[in-house]
Amino acid sequence: MKAHLTNHAIRSAVFAALATVSFGAMAAAAELHYVLGTVGNDVENFRKLVKPWEATTGNTVKLVPMPASTSDQFGQYRLWLAAGNKDIDLYQTDVIWAPQLAEQLVDLSEAAIDLVPQHLPAVIQSQTVNGKLVALPLFTDAPALYYRKDLLDKHGVAVPKTWEELTQTARKIQDAERADGKKDFWGFVWQGNAYEGLTCNALEWVKSFGGGQIVEPDGTISVNNEKAAAALDLAKSWIGTISPEGVLAYQEEEARGVWQTGNAVFMRNWPYAYSLGNSADSAVEGRFDVAPLPSGSENGSSAATLGGWNVGVSKYSEHREEAISLALFLAGPEVQKQRAILASSLPTIISLYDDPDIAAAQPIIPRWKEVLLNAVPRPSASAKVKYNELSSKFWSAVHETLSGNGSAAENLEVLELDLEDLKGGDW
Amino acid sequence: MTNAITTTARPAIERRQLNLQQQRVRAAFWFLAPMLVMLFLVAAWPLFRSIYFSFTNVTLNNLYAGEWIGFDNYLSWRTLSSGRTIWRGTLVDPAWWNAVWNTVRFSLVSVTIETILGLLVALVLNAEFKGRGLVRAAILIPWAIPTIVSAKMWSWMLNDQFGIINDMLLNLGLIDHKIAWTASVETAMVAVLIVDIWKTTPFMALLCLAGLQMIPRDIYEAAKVDGVHPLRVFFNVTLPLVRPALMVAVIFRMLDALRIFDLIYVLTPNSKATKTMSIISRENLIEFDKFAYGSAQSTLLFAIIAVFVAAYMWLGKLDLSGEGR
Amino acid sequence: MTIMDTIKSAGFYLAVAVIVLVAVFPFYYAILTSFETGTALFEVNYVPSSLDWSNYATILNNGTFPRNVLNSLFVAATTVAFALFLAVTASYALARVRFRGRGLLLMTILAVSMFPQIAVLAGLFELIRFLNIYNTPWAMILSYTIFTLPFTVWVLTTFMRDLPLEIEEAAIVDGATPWVIITKVFLPLLWPALVTTGLLAFIGAWNEFLFALTFTSSETTRTVPVAIALLSGATQHETPWGTIMAASVLVTVPLIALVLIFQRKIVAGLTAGGVKG
Repeated sequence: MKAHLTNHAIRSAVFAALATVSFGAMAAAAELHYVLGTVGNDVENFRKLVKPWEATTGNTVKLVPMPASTSDQFGQYRLWLAAGNKDIDLYQTDVIWAPQLAEQLVDLSEAAIDLVPQHLPAVIQSQTVNGKLVALPLFTDAPALYYRKDLLDKHGVAVPKTWEELTQTARKIQDAERADGKKDFWGFVWQGNAYEGLTCNALEWVKSFGGGQIVEPDGTISVNNEKAAAALDLAKSWIGTISPEGVLAYQEEEARGVWQTGNAVFMRNWPYAYSLGNSADSAVEGRFDVAPLPSGSENGSSAATLGGWNVGVSKYSEHREEAISLALFLAGPEVQKQRAILASSLPTIISLYDDPDIAAAQPIIPRWKEVLLNAVPRPSASAKVKYNELSSKFWSAVHETLSGNGSAAENLEVLELDLEDLKGGDW
Repeated sequence: MTNAITTTARPAIERRQLNLQQQRVRAAFWFLAPMLVMLFLVAAWPLFRSIYFSFTNVTLNNLYAGEWIGFDNYLSWRTLSSGRTIWRGTLVDPAWWNAVWNTVRFSLVSVTIETILGLLVALVLNAEFKGRGLVRAAILIPWAIPTIVSAKMWSWMLNDQFGIINDMLLNLGLIDHKIAWTASVETAMVAVLIVDIWKTTPFMALLCLAGLQMIPRDIYEAAKVDGVHPLRVFFNVTLPLVRPALMVAVIFRMLDALRIFDLIYVLTPNSKATKTMSIISRENLIEFDKFAYGSAQSTLLFAIIAVFVAAYMWLGKLDLSGEGR
Repeated sequence: MTIMDTIKSAGFYLAVAVIVLVAVFPFYYAILTSFETGTALFEVNYVPSSLDWSNYATILNNGTFPRNVLNSLFVAATTVAFALFLAVTASYALARVRFRGRGLLLMTILAVSMFPQIAVLAGLFELIRFLNIYNTPWAMILSYTIFTLPFTVWVLTTFMRDLPLEIEEAAIVDGATPWVIITKVFLPLLWPALVTTGLLAFIGAWNEFLFALTFTSSETTRTVPVAIALLSGATQHETPWGTIMAASVLVTVPLIALVLIFQRKIVAGLTAGGVKG
């Protein structure tokens, strides 16, 4: 800290003279600060994963744990970066944050030139802003349809391929189960609260109906179309029939709560619910399976919103070289494989889905390959810094439709107008 | 300082009092100085920055490169070639006015109910009875649980499917189907009010209680001896004496209610029915790329609170300077 | 007469019972939840089905939690001591000394707490970096004065203004300095107000989340609410209700203890001997 007190001019002159000679030597003792949301064993796992890197480079990594709430994290990171915080070198970022943090994170495209081709193109694309690779993918996330094998067998129906089928199947089983005396039984639970999760859910319906992805990669606003309206109309019909009215306030945990107590046939959720659903005290242990989400029409394709986490290097870091080296290491195949085995995180390196070690340790991971191939990114790369506002307008319009305030067609029309305003000249 | 001198006093005493008064004012200055320095240090810079930002076009990506744009964040207009005038800015933003309405509605209802309940609870606790120490500790529990936790706790209890509130109401036969408290537009505000009243009534009760405790006991004893009806004692003796404390408690509750943030942020963050001014300005400051716009909203929030407090003091004839006595 | 009395006291105890029930039930439910794990969390229970201490074990073995409690205690206690010291002297000046602009000064002090917390965050962060106290308890103690100080000053000013003139006059005649008047005459009378405001400010500082999160970056300097927010489930979307509730119960207990300790001071009030009204 003393160094800050010296005259700036002298410092830069001295630095310029010494930079080329002593950079390696200075680097030897670097202590990096890595900030991440604390989720489960992530912190312990991270310490395990980073050990080899610390051993080879001699640097140390200090963790700054943050609350698991992503909006808390996002707010803090933005403030810290706005104030030019030098205390944090690397940030673990959500897949949709890239454009909003882009200006303050280092471009990694040069450094990662060999690593990039191994990753899922959709993920790399989501992290590229104006040709700048903002962050490197650590692992990904994609939702699937959870269904009750036992109930489907009992009532002699197949796993639904389309949303229409799901609606009918859910209805049928729900009616039958309720007739059997299970008053609180429901057909389908998902995330309908007005929040980012609803954007994910609704994007899946719209995309699988062939209604585009709200804003296309070239920046055109595509959301106001008949297919999108049809998708929302179908979802609206679920409220109060196959889904409880409270689904309009559900996030992931509420949906899991209903489902894991055995009170629903279908659930849309992320991979985390798999191992929890199979825990010993779960009412649905061993009675369920997962499938890709349904599609809009018989020969349409399914869509799953892409989630996941990445690592970016702060522009204000005083140990940029070391930080980049750490980021490359964490996004590399070795660590991704370890992470998959330790925490059952989905790798972004495609070849790892055929890795026998992973298949042996976490049999669920190879099963998700099919889901991931149909993954659709949220339009964060096209809407850039305005993504959060776009998403909030989108989920509001969807939530209004689902709550019965205006028809899907009306709300989408207004939404299009709002988005045009938001876009202005360009995103 | 002339008004401080009693005009009827004789000259010699007058001089002595003047000296004394000067001495006291000097002492007062030294007593006030540390607090003022402290407040200036902590508050002046951040508040000044916020107001300044509201007149610029800064973004959170670059707080130092904003340009001065005057009142454009508040209100601006452009005339299109067609002759139509387009208005922009917070003051014509329907989302903002919705938030203002939500906030005012919430504040008025919650503060009124909390004041009445707080006073009632304080009166009960002021009475002598066995175990009142424990009861007093018990009523403080809602206030003592961190807001982020109690908000989560209540969202769990208010859950439509496995929440205990619905279960209780169903068992008591008060409702015939499970209510989605936080989901539906009609009940979201009710849910927020329930939790807020539960949480902050102890604050009011405790401040009222402190006010009650400052009332000398002999007054009550005198009233009892004279056989005055308890209700009359309350309205003629207790209420006037506890009023100053009550007024201040209400001011601070109102400040907090008008700025309410964390409870709604956890319970119903995106429901249109409960979006308040603080929630919407956070959204613009942090989530959206509109830092300057959000600063303008914070500044407006500041102005609205100031107006409210001033109106309240005027209506309540609150004597700030203490010159009235 | 006696029947009326019985009805009265029955009604009174009924009121007490309702107050206690409403205040305590959610906390009771939190305790209940803190003994549950897994799927049991999603079921409605009114009485504990089992006493499972594993959530408490998780919290206490997590290493930094006891440290976080100590941090919170230190930060909250220092904040309160600080605020009360500044406020007692300042409110004496504001309540008992006549000078021009008192009303304006009181309004200015109040204005400090009229800005939303989130709006002053960026400016406060710069200040804290400038003072070089980032990631220390002092960052929190300093920033908490922004809400504790106006509150304590206002409440104490009100209470001090209401004390009768005579008690001070006697001291002035005896030639006591303002400092002596404060410490010897006013402090003993102000106990109920001091304890109450101190307690409320303490809880405010104890529960504060946003500043504590922004101004700290290591587990060892963080306070309890941040530590609770850092508790998380095994995966991203899972919320560990059991452990969160166990932690909440653990942090609420010291506060209840505090209230019980200061009980006598709150109850004491003004005895007839102190002031003749």
